[in-house]
Amino acid sequence: MNPRRRRLAGAASILTSLMLVAACGAGGRDDDDSDGGGGAAEVGVTDDSIAIGGTFPLTGVAAPGYSEIPTGAKAYFDFVNAAGGVNGRTIDFTVKDDGYDPTKTSSLTNELVLKDKVFATVGSLGTPTHSAVVDFLNDEKVPDLFVSSGSLGWGDDPEARPMTFGWQPDYEIEGKIIGQYVAKNMPDAKVGLFLQDDDFGEDAEKGVRQFLDDQIVGTQRYTSGNTDVGPQVAALQASKADLVLAFTTPSYTALAQLTSLKLGFKPDWYVSNVGSDPALVGGLLEKFSEGKVPGDASALNGVMTSEYIPGIDAPDNAWVQLWQKVWDANGGQGELTNYRIYGMSWAYTFVQALQAAGKDLTREGLVEALEEAGSSLEGPNLAPYRYSEDSHLGISGMELVTLENGKGKPLTKVLTTDIGDAEIAEDDSGQSEDAPPESGIPDVDAVD
Amino acid sequence: MRRLLGQPLVLALLGAVVIIVVLTGVDDFRAVQLTQMAYLGIAAGGLTVLTGLNGQISLGHGALMAIGAYTTALLLQDDEPTLPLLAVLVVATVVTLVVGAAIGVAAARLHGPYLAGATLALAVAVPGIALYFGDTLGGEQGLRVRVPDPPGWLLDAAYFVTGQDLTPSTYVAFLGWFVLVVTYVGLAHLSRGRVGRRWRAVRDDEVAAEVAGIALGRARVSAFVVSAAAAGAAGFVMAVSVRLAAPSGYSLTLSLMLLTAVVLGGLGTLSGALVGAALLTFLPQVITDAGVSAGLDDIRAAELAPLVYGLVLVAVVLLAPAGLVGSLRLAWHRLRATTTSKGAT
Amino acid sequence: MQQLVNTLLGGLTLGMVYAAFALALVLIWRSTRIVNFAQAPMAMVTTFVALRIIEGGHSYWLGFAAALVAGLVLGAVVERVLIRPVEGKAEINAVILTLGLFIVLHALAAVVFGNRYRSFPAAFGIRGIEVGDTTIALTGFGIFTIVAVLVVMGLLVLLFRFTDLGLRMRAAAFNQEVARLLGVRVGRMLTLGWALASLVGSLAGLLIAGGSLVHPGYMDAVVVYGFVAAVLGGLDSPAGAVVGGLLLGLSLSLVSGYVGSQLVALAALAILMAVLLLRPQGLFSQARERRV
Repeated sequence: MNPRRRRLAGAASILTSLMLVAACGAGGRDDDDSDGGGGAAEVGVTDDSIAIGGTFPLTGVAAPGYSEIPTGAKAYFDFVNAAGGVNGRTIDFTVKDDGYDPTKTSSLTNELVLKDKVFATVGSLGTPTHSAVVDFLNDEKVPDLFVSSGSLGWGDDPEARPMTFGWQPDYEIEGKIIGQYVAKNMPDAKVGLFLQDDDFGEDAEKGVRQFLDDQIVGTQRYTSGNTDVGPQVAALQASKADLVLAFTTPSYTALAQLTSLKLGFKPDWYVSNVGSDPALVGGLLEKFSEGKVPGDASALNGVMTSEYIPGIDAPDNAWVQLWQKVWDANGGQGELTNYRIYGMSWAYTFVQALQAAGKDLTREGLVEALEEAGSSLEGPNLAPYRYSEDSHLGISGMELVTLENGKGKPLTKVLTTDIGDAEIAEDDSGQSEDAPPESGIPDVDAVD
Repeated sequence: MRRLLGQPLVLALLGAVVIIVVLTGVDDFRAVQLTQMAYLGIAAGGLTVLTGLNGQISLGHGALMAIGAYTTALLLQDDEPTLPLLAVLVVATVVTLVVGAAIGVAAARLHGPYLAGATLALAVAVPGIALYFGDTLGGEQGLRVRVPDPPGWLLDAAYFVTGQDLTPSTYVAFLGWFVLVVTYVGLAHLSRGRVGRRWRAVRDDEVAAEVAGIALGRARVSAFVVSAAAAGAAGFVMAVSVRLAAPSGYSLTLSLMLLTAVVLGGLGTLSGALVGAALLTFLPQVITDAGVSAGLDDIRAAELAPLVYGLVLVAVVLLAPAGLVGSLRLAWHRLRATTTSKGAT
Repeated sequence: MQQLVNTLLGGLTLGMVYAAFALALVLIWRSTRIVNFAQAPMAMVTTFVALRIIEGGHSYWLGFAAALVAGLVLGAVVERVLIRPVEGKAEINAVILTLGLFIVLHALAAVVFGNRYRSFPAAFGIRGIEVGDTTIALTGFGIFTIVAVLVVMGLLVLLFRFTDLGLRMRAAAFNQEVARLLGVRVGRMLTLGWALASLVGSLAGLLIAGGSLVHPGYMDAVVVYGFVAAVLGGLDSPAGAVVGGLLLGLSLSLVSGYVGSQLVALAALAILMAVLLLRPQGLFSQARERRV
């Protein structure tokens, strides 16, 4: 080919691709005329709809399990929408797949905020992923609610991040609660820590060490994605630990149990709430070769864990019955799982927040309503939320249980605490006793 | 006129004008997308020189971008940056260049699949370093990047030229495209000059090149170094745009995406790399939206984009090995050839 | 001491799996001079086929056999439809093609089989064997893994060294033109090579999955480690692949247990680079002159 012509073609194609981009750009700017005619409407809110969104790993290594969370939330929003929505507005929930890659989270959150013009982001999942966008959301003054992760960054400093709210109990208070329990009740235990090598393990370790620093004989960390945990479990075994506190995701709980079986390592176990789902882990363990592993959900018998919302193991619980009804009516494929219940639970809290914010919905108003009424919201949570002007952290506590045939048998009352050196106390709010309203839709009075 | 148009610098100036026009006309969302296109384009430009012109394949360019990004992040930790942004860019590029030189020396001795495998291992290994040195490199959560505000004179100048205030997103987009233009001009100069001829000679026939007095090793290492420098600059733009350097952002997927970009566009041409980067930036959204409106649930729709990429990649290798740009060019050329020959008879 | 023994035994079983995977890569390399980067997702797909059958209430061994057959067929189809057109062209085309296939199979599996963890049964016990009063990290299934891989290696050596078919396959890979002149049906040999390789890859997939969890990405780590193992052995020699796999499995297990599990991939890279730079032809390759 003639070199000059080649250059010309090169120039032409660069120009063409820029034009193409320009055309796209122009296409992105015509979304501004969609105010529902209600005067000075808030971004994403019309007279009959509220647009919200969130980012979740629907593909990639983190997708198994976590991808079910938004399906649960969507089912609950559909359930509410079918009953007329909140203040006459239906909730339109856009789910974006970030594949657990912070770079994608960043561009997708941009898309949600700048192009889709959502009113708020709700439930966005993951610490590394959400870290990439939390400052952007606060700069843009977009409510950033109920991040699906127990990192401390979602609420420990409302001044720096006024729009961000956590939801689940943070990993540090879980560490504190189990740490104190072990120090009090098992003072002679030699404790091994088995930790995921990220903020999850780190924050939990911080909490645990407040009470157990002297009792810990070994600490092992696994890297998510590396499924061979044999060397780590062998090291715990060598440290002579007789109680292992595992802050792991469900698949790694199962892998750790399998590896211990292989190594003949038989300590007592505490497994973090995140990784102890008896239905899921038990289901994973049960299918191994015709009875070579103790079958079904009893695979985790005797394992200690914690609960902060009722889960699939308690089908008689009024909340779980509601979730089952919602899933049967509005769910997609598959069964109700604890991941879906988790999504439904924060979806419920979001509906409560919308009601508290009242008819004239604004972003500022929503945040203020949560700060004012958040700590008294009654939902599936066993302990109250910590929402106030000084803290945007979520549920304040949990109860410790032992698993028996897949069901949690309480070891303690619901214990509440806060980060730092806050005391651990039994909860007296009665949160764990409540049942959902008949309709399944909360009825919270607007604050003001 | 044609000769004039063909000069990289003239092209760059033309490009700069188009970039200014486009970037002032778009909203923040498009500006962020365009920044993404810019950093993918910069890295793909470097990769296309390495793979297309020198025949070395690299599945590890994502890891090289990570080195540029982490260098940037380490230098931009404080609210008051110690170095101006452009100096950070230079440092990030140089650090990656040095690392690239070390890898390049090893890579120069490897061929085809061996090189692919070694760079594949590189792509998988590098994120682990950030986890192991979690105290310095932030572990899984990564390092935050504090982007300094644009200098006052630039804001004034931008307002003077465009009549609009420069938003942070647009500022970063300008920065990204500025780096892209500079990189492409540099790469174009290199590949058209003596160095580029040597690279091609080594790619086409090692024995002949050696007979002609070209030091094979040196030619290979130099191509790798240049390519690594581009990846480092891309890492800088990416870190500044995402405002975070975290290991999961630089997984094997990123390396594969870069390779996809250069193959889709057409190996060995900068314009192809740019078109590939544009496709990677804008296509997933289109595909996912199409999937959702076709009635797929979110999860299945999300798998659609990688599926389409994979299929297109396979189809391009089988049906249009010259890539999209290359095939269009070939078709254009053939058309010209037929008309000319018809004219002659 | 017990920790060291168990870490090494864990590495041994893992190393055997890498070896099986490396054997598959060696087979394809010997038949077509291509490295199949899609080997792992191909094995993942066939493992899911086995899982479907076992979950459907059939026996483990029926699923096992079905996966192997599926592997055989998949390998032949891939060679015929996708690889044939790029054989003999620039190496990079084949590399990119198999990477494209990697992406496609991944996405397809996530759509068809769902993106969640499932447990995959093992044919034999998954509890460690007891020696005296300590349990060592060697399970019935682990022994099965080791035996299976050694048998496959032995069969491949027999095939290439002592059978007419093996000779023809080698000839076809070595020089197509000459082989054709000698009356070897080159096309068939190439297809056969891919089919056999894919079968061995499926076996590796089943061995990794046994007694553990599977999801569409569960084989991804093995892409890298299997490749490193194959290169350590020289990409050319079945015995080399097994030794390479073992070396890698043992060293990575030690790194994971005593240094940090984050550095496993880095250790693999370091080992790979060291071997390639000191002995570019790999530890066991016969072809001295070949440059890597």
